[in-house]
Amino acid sequence: MKLAIKLAYRNLIGAGLRTWLNVVVLSFSFVVIIWLKGVMVGWDYQAKTDMTNWEIGGGQYWHSNYDPFDSFTLADAHAPIPNDAKDEIAKGNMTPVLIAHGTIYPQGRMQSIMIKGIDPKQSIFLLPTHKLDTVTDAIPAIIGSLMAKSLKLNKNDHVTIRWRDANGTFDADEVVITEIFSSNVPMAEMAQVYIPLDRLQAMLLLPEQATILTYRDGEMDRVPLEGWTHKTKKELTASVDRIIETKTIGQTVLYGILLLLAMLAIFDTQVLSIFRRQKEIGTYIALGYTRSQVVGLFTVEGTMHSVLAALTSAVYGIPFLAWQAKVGWTMPIDTSDFGMAIAQTLYPIYSVSLVVSTVLIVMLVTAVVSYLPSRRIAKMNPTDALRGKIQ
Amino acid sequence: MEIIQIQNLTKRFPMGKGEFTALKGINLSFGKGEFAGLIGPSGSGKTTLLNIIGSLDVPSDGEALVLGNSIGKLSAKQAAKLRKENLGFIFQSYNLLQVHTVFENVEFPLLLLNYSTSERKKMVADALEWVGLTDKTKSKPPQLSGGECQRVAIARAMVKRPSLVLADEPTANLDAANSHNILQTMEKLNRELQTTFIFATHDEKVISYLHRKIFLLDGRVDKDEVVKSN
Ligand SMILES: Nc1ncnc2c1ncn2[C@@H]1O[C@H](COP(=O)(O)OP(=O)(O)O)[C@@H](O)[C@H]1O
Ligand SMILES: [Mg+2]
Repeated sequence: MKLAIKLAYRNLIGAGLRTWLNVVVLSFSFVVIIWLKGVMVGWDYQAKTDMTNWEIGGGQYWHSNYDPFDSFTLADAHAPIPNDAKDEIAKGNMTPVLIAHGTIYPQGRMQSIMIKGIDPKQSIFLLPTHKLDTVTDAIPAIIGSLMAKSLKLNKNDHVTIRWRDANGTFDADEVVITEIFSSNVPMAEMAQVYIPLDRLQAMLLLPEQATILTYRDGEMDRVPLEGWTHKTKKELTASVDRIIETKTIGQTVLYGILLLLAMLAIFDTQVLSIFRRQKEIGTYIALGYTRSQVVGLFTVEGTMHSVLAALTSAVYGIPFLAWQAKVGWTMPIDTSDFGMAIAQTLYPIYSVSLVVSTVLIVMLVTAVVSYLPSRRIAKMNPTDALRGKIQ
Repeated sequence: MEIIQIQNLTKRFPMGKGEFTALKGINLSFGKGEFAGLIGPSGSGKTTLLNIIGSLDVPSDGEALVLGNSIGKLSAKQAAKLRKENLGFIFQSYNLLQVHTVFENVEFPLLLLNYSTSERKKMVADALEWVGLTDKTKSKPPQLSGGECQRVAIARAMVKRPSLVLADEPTANLDAANSHNILQTMEKLNRELQTTFIFATHDEKVISYLHRKIFLLDGRVDKDEVVKSN
């Protein structure tokens, strides 16, 4: 094996340009695959981190009637904060949110919204809720930049909101926008108006009640709360997994095409080598190689393309990938229309296992592609090979 | 001491629907240190016989015993071992590894035999000295003349000091001066190392150096004469 590697290396380097063409194509596949996979891992990480920071914390308890896809259930999706939760809330490790369906009237138009009552002192979400802790003439409210943009609302604007209290009576009041924040999480921004929890509780006539309890620590074991459904972070981020999975399938096709191109080049080289190098094959046999050893030599030679490609990739790929990880990859389209947590700029994350597995898989495929045409050698007659007579 | 014994050797090749008999009942034996040649016109069966002696091909009938190995009965692995350890080949078109240097070409058989780096260095240097190519170790075959290439091939065949060297038309691509040069080299090696040489040739220059001339005609031994004892 050591000898085969030595000879294969000499032969490959000796073959010059053709080797390097194959190596460059293959190394390009390495870099693209690792980069794209890195982007996906980075996206997954970023999306989940953003969701954690802006929307779901370490996990949540939902009131059993709460259905985020049906705003009409909101009227019944609230209950007094359970005693078992109060201790954690007091410590700041859990925070209640009360949600009501409402309407906002910016400049004579109207739009359906979710009014979210949130504790101004909470620190689980990155939401600038401390801006709700100001004394103002109207109810202080914060909104996301997506919402501000679509409703043309600015900081300090006054705007009317309308809601229905627990008795079903409509009421309206004025809010003042004390802050506009931007997250990458549409669910935390689209049609959401955040006001102080106690104000909303008073408006709805639901003192001490909440719709969702969000906790900080996702690692801790959680007890079930009567009347509340426990949602782990894993369940809450399942949509991200699904989208990543779909994207991954699409990318696999791309890897497939890239690898196919590289493999075609190598396959072609192998077939051509075996045809053109018959005399050499015969010589190896005359010098004491068995045919299967020659098959081994040619297979190692073909496979070595991927080793050289990995080294070549390291030369230009490591700087490129490192640079990408630093500056990120800015998507050419406006990501706020995606409807899911995705930043405009994604920072690829590469793991050792990603790099190692990519290299190993490509090497394995190269080995197979190199071996297949080389099997022909095993059927060659050495005397014919020496005469270069085989067609 | 006989190192090769050929008895009733017949070689048939499939040809179209029938068969072509290239060797017809050959009986020959060779002793250690011979400098012999198979002589005959093109198509007389020289290469076929040499290939069988070299364990690259097998007899259809009869027996070829080479250094105690019955060629027809060897497994591929045993045949490879025989070639690796005891045989050297010299070809008409040199068959050097084009992308390897002179040193690497000559070193090749030693790599197969697992010699250490320092042993290889020494042995390759000796072999290149025999053929007078010590100044070309780093060159590659495309940079060498035909005569030089064939001398590299001789060094490669001789480097492991095999008992038997088989040379198939070694001068066919060389001019007269180079032909004489390599023949003198081989004759010297035959004398000094007691290596047995068997040639296949129809070149008068080669024939003039032979100590034993075996004339083949149509796959049969026509004449077998010793002109000079070893
Ligand atoms: N593999 C083969 N298949 C069919 N015929 C062959 C094969 N090898 C050699 N022959 C035939 O056997 C005869 C002897 O060939 P060869 O030994 O090469 O002759 P020489 O070396 O004396 O010129 C020729 O007629 C040649 O065509
Ligand atoms: Mg011939």
